[in-house]
Amino acid sequence: MLSAKQVTYQHSDHFSIENVHIDIQKGEIVSLIGPNGSGKSTLLRLLSYVLKPIGGTVLLDGSEIHTLSRKAIAKKMAMLPQTNNHQLDMTVRELVEFGRNPHKGWFQSLNNEDEQVIRWALEMTSLQSYEYRFLHSLSGGERQRAWIAMALAQRPEVLLLDEPTTYLDISHQLEVMELIRMLNEQLGMTVVMVLHDINQAAQYSDRMIVMKDGKIQYDDRTQCVICKQMFQDIFGIDVDIRYEGDKPFFIPIRKTCHMSCLT
Amino acid sequence: METLLSEIRERKHPYAKRRVWTFVFLLISIVFVCLYSVITGSVKLQLHEVWEGLTGEKDSMFYTIVWDLRLPRTIVGLIVGMCLAVSGTIMQGVMKNPLADPGIIGVSSGAALMAVIITIVLPQYIVLLPLVAFVGGFVTAMLIYALAWQGGSSIARIILVGVAINAIIGATMSAIMLLYSDRVQAVLPWMAGVISGATMEQAKLLVFYSIPGFILSILAIRHIRILHLGDEVAKLLGHHVERSRFLLIVISTFLTGIAVSVSGLIGFIGLVVPHIIRLIVGSDDRFVLPLSALGGGAFLVFADTIARSWFDPIELPVGLLLSFLGGPFFLYILHKRGNVRAFG
Repeated sequence: MLSAKQVTYQHSDHFSIENVHIDIQKGEIVSLIGPNGSGKSTLLRLLSYVLKPIGGTVLLDGSEIHTLSRKAIAKKMAMLPQTNNHQLDMTVRELVEFGRNPHKGWFQSLNNEDEQVIRWALEMTSLQSYEYRFLHSLSGGERQRAWIAMALAQRPEVLLLDEPTTYLDISHQLEVMELIRMLNEQLGMTVVMVLHDINQAAQYSDRMIVMKDGKIQYDDRTQCVICKQMFQDIFGIDVDIRYEGDKPFFIPIRKTCHMSCLT
Repeated sequence: METLLSEIRERKHPYAKRRVWTFVFLLISIVFVCLYSVITGSVKLQLHEVWEGLTGEKDSMFYTIVWDLRLPRTIVGLIVGMCLAVSGTIMQGVMKNPLADPGIIGVSSGAALMAVIITIVLPQYIVLLPLVAFVGGFVTAMLIYALAWQGGSSIARIILVGVAINAIIGATMSAIMLLYSDRVQAVLPWMAGVISGATMEQAKLLVFYSIPGFILSILAIRHIRILHLGDEVAKLLGHHVERSRFLLIVISTFLTGIAVSVSGLIGFIGLVVPHIIRLIVGSDDRFVLPLSALGGGAFLVFADTIARSWFDPIELPVGLLLSFLGGPFFLYILHKRGNVRAFG
């Protein structure tokens, strides 16, 4: 569905992404995790073609992404960047209407079909009764749902999310994660997201990609990635892995001073 | 458009009522303000005399007063006010800053420099002033845009380059005025912003040039709106950010350019009018832009009428009056609002 082939990108002397290769299957939920500055957000932005790679290509549904127009890309793939403006002075409905932009020519206005898509997007995100509320009057979770509704109005097959739950209360985090899972299960939407909370990533994703220093270190089913070795390699911490059903989660082990300190 | 109309009809939007009332209020204001402007002057006209002048014999006194003196000035004031307010609205959208003003991109200083050069150094070409001022403004704006370009345009760079270029132009202007200090008199009214001596020819020309500008601005509204979401989101929605930013700057420059070339430097309309409109109807440019146009037109005609009649026998340049009123008023808004809601 979406893949990166030998993608290379450099945005300063200190940081580059080199020869990254990933392959996202249709209907998957994939999480990108890694320490700060590991290049996960950059990779997501390369996949969405906000950034242009200096080497290699991104394939969207079999076509090289640079051969597609921005609108054609936006009809297949929606992405929500992390820094969404919280002060936007517009209503939920106005925001969601923007999602129809890729489907509209220069002078075309919204028609009946667009209206139906907008209704549907509001319904999927349970925002019908918030249609005419201002974004700045909503809670963080509701606002994030409104942005997701805008992305849905694009009618994409792939949804890219950059830290969709950062800065939200735990209850709102769950609300957003449940919505994402629902979109995946009911609509078969392919989801690729950068998540900060590794336990959350483990709960909600089929596959995890772990990055460090601009390289992919692990790329496998969640159960295979969440292991003591990975936390040692990537984050340099000791953890305990437990299972809740078939979903793994980790608990950091407190650093106590053992023998190695004394020598 | 249809959804917009049905939204207004069904009054679903929380601001729907205010928007309709503001529109009605501004339309009525324009009618009254224009009438006020036409009847006011050294010869005060009665309403029936205005009517006589409008419809009467070509050689009657009222005809001359209305058609040759008052009406041209009213029309020029109206159009210049509209141009400045629309231009301000667009520039604030592009720069994602409610305090932006077409001056940032150097239109005003570029036009002023050319005006100073023409009136002081080459007074024999004074008839070309509007054209040359327009070209000066436009070229400066494009220069700033080009210098700020670095594989893409960023707002911060445009503003910084603008500050630098505006400083250079300001210094050049001061130098010329010092070197030719005996001739400075001629350019001072223009620098302060005046609409006096407007002719019907000028008014017609202004209408002729501004109409395509207004049509373009209305078509550009969706570009401004989508830029509010931020460059990255706009791109992700399939929008060509660079292209529409350039287009919007050209339209805004064009509108300011034609206004400045006729009336000199009139500040604050482009800043204050859209700001007040936004406080009333919210930041949706589908409403802010047309309502600012009406508000700007009405406001400038009103201010100009006051500037030329209240301080008899002096005729105050309207730009001066506006700066006197606009400055404190703006401080008041800032003080009262505490934090101005950023909308970009």
